Amino acid sequence: MSDNNNKSILEKMGESQVWKSIIRSGVPRTRRQRMHAILGSVFLHLHPARLPKHAVKVGYTWCMGGLSFFLFVNLTITGILLMFYYRPTVEYAFTDIIDLSEQVPLGIMRELHRWAAHSMVLIVWLHMVRVFMTGSYKPPREFNWGIGVILMTLTMLLSFTGYLLPWDQLAIWAVTVGSNMARATPFLGNEGPGAALLAIGDINLVHVGSDVRFALLGGRFVGEATLLRFYVLHCIAIPFVAMIFMAVHFWRIRKDGGISGPL
Amino acid sequence: MNLVAIKSAIDALSAPTISFTILTVIFPFIFPPSDWFEKIHRKTGLWRMWTKPGGLIGMILITAFFVIGYFDVYFNKTLTKADNFPIVLMIYSMWFLIWLGMYKAYRNDIRIEQGLKPEEYNDPDDKVLVWPDLVYIEFIALILFQVFLIVWSILVAAPIEEPANPAATPNPSKAPWYFLGLQEMLVYYDPWIAGVLLPTFIIVGLMAIPYLDINKKGDGYYSFKERRVGIFIFMYGWVVLWLFLIIIGTFFRGPNWNFFGPFEYWDTHKVEALTNVNLSEILWVKWLNQGLPSNILIRESLGFIVTGLYLFVLPVILAKTYLKDMLAAYGPTRFVTLMILGLVMLALPIKMYLRWIFNLQYIIAIPEWFLNI
Repeated sequence: MSDNNNKSILEKMGESQVWKSIIRSGVPRTRRQRMHAILGSVFLHLHPARLPKHAVKVGYTWCMGGLSFFLFVNLTITGILLMFYYRPTVEYAFTDIIDLSEQVPLGIMRELHRWAAHSMVLIVWLHMVRVFMTGSYKPPREFNWGIGVILMTLTMLLSFTGYLLPWDQLAIWAVTVGSNMARATPFLGNEGPGAALLAIGDINLVHVGSDVRFALLGGRFVGEATLLRFYVLHCIAIPFVAMIFMAVHFWRIRKDGGISGPL
Repeated sequence: MNLVAIKSAIDALSAPTISFTILTVIFPFIFPPSDWFEKIHRKTGLWRMWTKPGGLIGMILITAFFVIGYFDVYFNKTLTKADNFPIVLMIYSMWFLIWLGMYKAYRNDIRIEQGLKPEEYNDPDDKVLVWPDLVYIEFIALILFQVFLIVWSILVAAPIEEPANPAATPNPSKAPWYFLGLQEMLVYYDPWIAGVLLPTFIIVGLMAIPYLDINKKGDGYYSFKERRVGIFIFMYGWVVLWLFLIIIGTFFRGPNWNFFGPFEYWDTHKVEALTNVNLSEILWVKWLNQGLPSNILIRESLGFIVTGLYLFVLPVILAKTYLKDMLAAYGPTRFVTLMILGLVMLALPIKMYLRWIFNLQYIIAIPEWFLNI
């Protein structure tokens, strides 16, 4: 504190009341302060303050788990921006998508969202390969691997529901192909094995207007109701569920002893 | 050999019958699950795949395929579709990262053989601080990835086709790329299996891995030798039955879901003879020279017997003979689960070959109940 003149602007800033109020321990310089920087931050405290050396190497983790989370946040932000312009109705959906690139200044938001979504599917897969190759699913991390599998499924469902929203030929036919599977669900689809058993006398309980495909599409074919359903699933329902599972996933990494490593 | 010859050779090799067979046959020599395979893996020099030159050659081959494809009139159309770029990324990143994992695994295998600890090992007391050692890596990674996404978004416009028209079905209609493996399975199984049962089994099977793998070794570091059977099974399912089927579905399936080599013209009028027969027709018409019985259960009796033998009798026989030691080590619950999951997974290639060799459509064919297997 005595030789105040020798300090850089950054150092002086770090000692200001404003800075200290934000980063509670001041500029992280000493070992103690650096650990405080992690522990005292609501975002960074997902991390432990210290890690074994191999855990910070890209060659070990491939950075894939972190990038998956980054892409989820990224997609949430670009998705919110897209929601300002997009109306999920048969009348407007397609033209709103065209307007996104033609009327909106610097209109690459849809591109950012779409390419980030494709990347996320791929990166979640690669994360799974990494975790498998390092045997990191072994006890005590079995449960967290299961959570991860659910998150991977949710990622693909998120991507699939988003695929319909541009409401062009690519969208409705890809979703038609995908959702046609649902009508073959055993017992619950109208063309599924066992569905005919669910009947009262001559009246079938599972028919084309009541099966699981109908519930998914909100109708007998991909139409207005499907668009709204997929929009709500894509923007609210699946992200909500995914966030809960992510919270558990991150929490359990720490509780299960942090990142895996050789003993 | 000129380029045309190379292209027609690749076209011929890409046919699922040939490419899938080649992959399946050489797979145990690439990820050897036993000493016998390991010996040939060493002798033939296949182990060099997991060295630095091997990784490089893989990258060069993939790049050569895409460069030739880019300048080919027909392959260019599929390759440059904006939504297919993720698959190009997938092929590169999967090759590179599986190579990286195996490269590190082989290095660790040698260390472990010499009685050393794996490369990842550090003194537990010698830790690094997350601020700044990890935080800055994460920061750089996300900046780089964001830059990559922005450049990608500026260069490639997101695809938009004609407005949705329920009356005009495009040919082929394809699911999003990550589901094309499932769509490819539809060639061999009905939707209730390919679209519902198999995805459920994949998810449940993946979640069951930690409970079925009783091998305590290889936790927290790359290794192959200590867990070679596990890695072999996982990689076969992942690379051949999932990723490769996606590649077939994306690049090699044209109008009417017919097969086309990557450098072939997608001829809408290509006719493929539908000569598939059901097992019941083979039994009653071909072997017994009579009409199909009217009673469904009698008609499909052979199919039920075959399926029952495969799913329920085979595990019991294996448990009493060849896999006796395994049953003792794994216990009955684990053993049964493992058998069911494994047999369902194997049912996919088995059905593929039954189709290719015997033109077999269904083992059990009861369209009246929507129950076709």
